[in-house]
Amino acid sequence: MISGILQYEFLQNAFLSGIIIGAIAPLLGVFIVVRRLSLIADALSHVTLAGIAASLFLGKYSTFFLGLNPMYMGMAFSVGGAVLIEKLRTVYKHYQELAIPIILSGGIGLGVIFISLADGFNTDLFSYLFGSVSAVSRADLWTIIIISLFVVLTVVLIYKELFLLSFDEEYAKATGIAAKSIHFIFIVMVALVIAASMRIVGILLVSSLMTLPVAASIRIARGFKQTILFSVIFGEASVLGGLFLSYYLDLAPGGTIVMIAVLILILTVLLKKLVSGRAV
Amino acid sequence: MKNNLPIIELNHIYYRYDRENVLEDVSLRIEKGAFLGIVGPNGSGKSTLLKLILGLIKPQKGTIKLFGEEIKHFRDQQKIGFVSQKANSFNSGFPATVYEVVASGLTKKMGLFRFLRKQDEDKIVKVIKSVGMQQFMNRNIGELSGGQQQRVFIARALVSEPELLILDEPTVGVDAENVQSFYEMLEDLNQTGITLLLVTHDIGAISDKVTNVACLNKGLFFHGTSSEFEEQKIKGISEIYGHDVHLLSHEHHEGAHT
Repeated sequence: MISGILQYEFLQNAFLSGIIIGAIAPLLGVFIVVRRLSLIADALSHVTLAGIAASLFLGKYSTFFLGLNPMYMGMAFSVGGAVLIEKLRTVYKHYQELAIPIILSGGIGLGVIFISLADGFNTDLFSYLFGSVSAVSRADLWTIIIISLFVVLTVVLIYKELFLLSFDEEYAKATGIAAKSIHFIFIVMVALVIAASMRIVGILLVSSLMTLPVAASIRIARGFKQTILFSVIFGEASVLGGLFLSYYLDLAPGGTIVMIAVLILILTVLLKKLVSGRAV
Repeated sequence: MKNNLPIIELNHIYYRYDRENVLEDVSLRIEKGAFLGIVGPNGSGKSTLLKLILGLIKPQKGTIKLFGEEIKHFRDQQKIGFVSQKANSFNSGFPATVYEVVASGLTKKMGLFRFLRKQDEDKIVKVIKSVGMQQFMNRNIGELSGGQQQRVFIARALVSEPELLILDEPTVGVDAENVQSFYEMLEDLNQTGITLLLVTHDIGAISDKVTNVACLNKGLFFHGTSSEFEEQKIKGISEIYGHDVHLLSHEHHEGAHT
């Protein structure tokens, strides 16, 4: 496989993008999980699907959209969906979680309409649903690299504000930090990372890469920085393990990656039980 | 700064949620170095008053000045430390160490795009020591008892070296034994020159600790020194609560029986 990576561009694209996504999806995932926003990733991934379907549909009629990477339209829809979720959360102050199913079902509804208008599923759309690492182009890889640089730099620069907002929102507001702007930047980053991750694990599985490594990490980590570190390690292990296994066993990469993440989660839960059992 | 300069000035504050008045014509001055206890029953507007002072909500009528400045122009939030009702404000499963939580108290003071320097790290360790939590520095906050968590939150509020410390029902969920030492710690802080504003429904517990008392029940019913409060407490407090109350001495740690 190593020689294959050196030889074939599509394998290089797949591995490099996998390594990047394996780190940034759990990095943002930590903030999503501790803020109890785990379902936001699901809602936004379905909105991304609507964007991709819209791009494929428009591609039938316009040469501009035919030449445009559907990922960009998916990204635009995802960011739009994130903004709408925020608006809805202020409309339904007492039922803030309602924003997520509203956007999720709206995304699927719109996606299905565009898919039917574009004459149903084709292999391209299927690859977005379940991920298709072999379909990652050099252009996709560059987009993923740019998004990751933006995300990592932003998280480093506003880390202490993001931490405070996640830990204690009321206190954060009382201290006078720009809570609304910070939250908005955060949600836009989530939307971008979801759109970037879908090539690897697919729209239906993208939230798993943001939550499963964090769910495992939170069981055993001490402190927030360690939680981030373990989450990224587990994310990388899942992606790399999944890509290798799927290559040799001829399995679907997206599914294999997610199942390795589930396996890691089960192992950490068991390990924690074993250790705390001994302590007692 | 002169000693009698008001740190908080509320002038004829009115606040209503929906159609119900929560605060009516509340005027209050808190001077530098005071230890003011605001007491009142549940629903008396205590938490609303704090939210107004913290700038989380705006009054429909009246003006608020902090450190002599209109609240809408006030930008020195690091001068104010805030300890909220622990139970409501944080997720106890949050994976953060005591050190990380206390460090987050420096967020506003440091400003955007700044990182902790050596002297900040020393300050964090020092303040954790000052609340007696040094042996728990690297433990996750969720693993601590209610009283220990509250000490951590005090440390978080103190790390930015505030001139005013606001505490909202800080002893809820703290066992009686620790409540006593908790109040002793607050008295020590007050001795160092920090102005304290404590909101509680636990009248008995605070009247011998604070220097000033304000009784709130939508309007302000009493505001004076704690010895004046002691003199007319039964009558005054009965009025506020709308029925008889019997104060217990602080040793019982039960507060007012209503």
